[in-house]
Amino acid sequence: MEERIVEFLRMGGYAAFVWPAYAVTAAGMAGLLWHSLRAYRRARRAVAALQARRPGRADRA
Amino acid sequence: MHRFANPTRFMRASALVLPWLAVATALLLGAGLLLALFVAPPDYQQGESVRIMYVHVPAAWLASAAYLSLAVASAIALIWRHPLADIAAQEAAPIGAVFTAICLLSGSLWGKPMWGAWWVWDARLTSMLVLFFLYLGYIALVNAFDDEERGARAGAILALVGVVDLPIIKFSVDWWNTLHQPASVFRLGGPTIAVSMLAPLLVMALGFTLFFATVLLLRMRAAILARKLRALRRAEAEAAGRFAAGPRDAAGSVL
Repeated sequence: MEERIVEFLRMGGYAAFVWPAYAVTAAGMAGLLWHSLRAYRRARRAVAALQARRPGRADRA
Repeated sequence: MHRFANPTRFMRASALVLPWLAVATALLLGAGLLLALFVAPPDYQQGESVRIMYVHVPAAWLASAAYLSLAVASAIALIWRHPLADIAAQEAAPIGAVFTAICLLSGSLWGKPMWGAWWVWDARLTSMLVLFFLYLGYIALVNAFDDEERGARAGAILALVGVVDLPIIKFSVDWWNTLHQPASVFRLGGPTIAVSMLAPLLVMALGFTLFFATVLLLRMRAAILARKLRALRRAEAEAAGRFAAGPRDAAGSVL
């Protein structure tokens, strides 16, 4: 079992190229998701806070 | 399409679609990863290094497809002044730029063991690098104007001019001698790639596409909220100004 895992991780000798390629992809996609979620949550919180302060006007804006 | 021109309607519809889209994306990417790493066979020439293909090729397809959506949204924004089209274009750009970068970096990591070079200035690689700079140029141009609308128009025009790079990317491997392999999936006469490799590739590509849709909807929602926020703040500042400075006439000058 252990041997098979090591064999898999070696990627036939291409580990130094295969794993960084997958890591770059995962990092790029995770970064996009994180950045977009953060922007969305911030905007939603800020709008909610502003509307809570001036409920009447906020609805019309 | 004009039914969704209304941001309020878009917010309602996207809120309904997003959770499903996110779940489908996660399932497809998970399945694609398993297929790519465990099920797909090693290549008879490239060995295990061929597994880089399952992230490199979908990233490359998506980089081009995202640019096409950016250009179409820009055209709609320029011609019909569609209120959501500018937002769609501006939010598609960073996603496309990231996938172009993923394509370039994973390609470099594939090129080194197969060609013996991290980078070569051949047509496919260079036209892809141009695409990356087009994305960056678009983002920089849109943000270079104080007037939001002028920035959006300038960006839209750049996006449309840049479309010329897409056929160059696609046909670069046919028009010029290149190290890069020619098309093996989208070609006349059908795919030449083995089904055991094509299936994981298509699952991965579909996963990447749904990821793009998910993140685009999320970013568009965030952008719409940010615009609403600016409008609310402006209204509040104006109200506060009136209160502090006393009554004003219609033009805003103090009476």
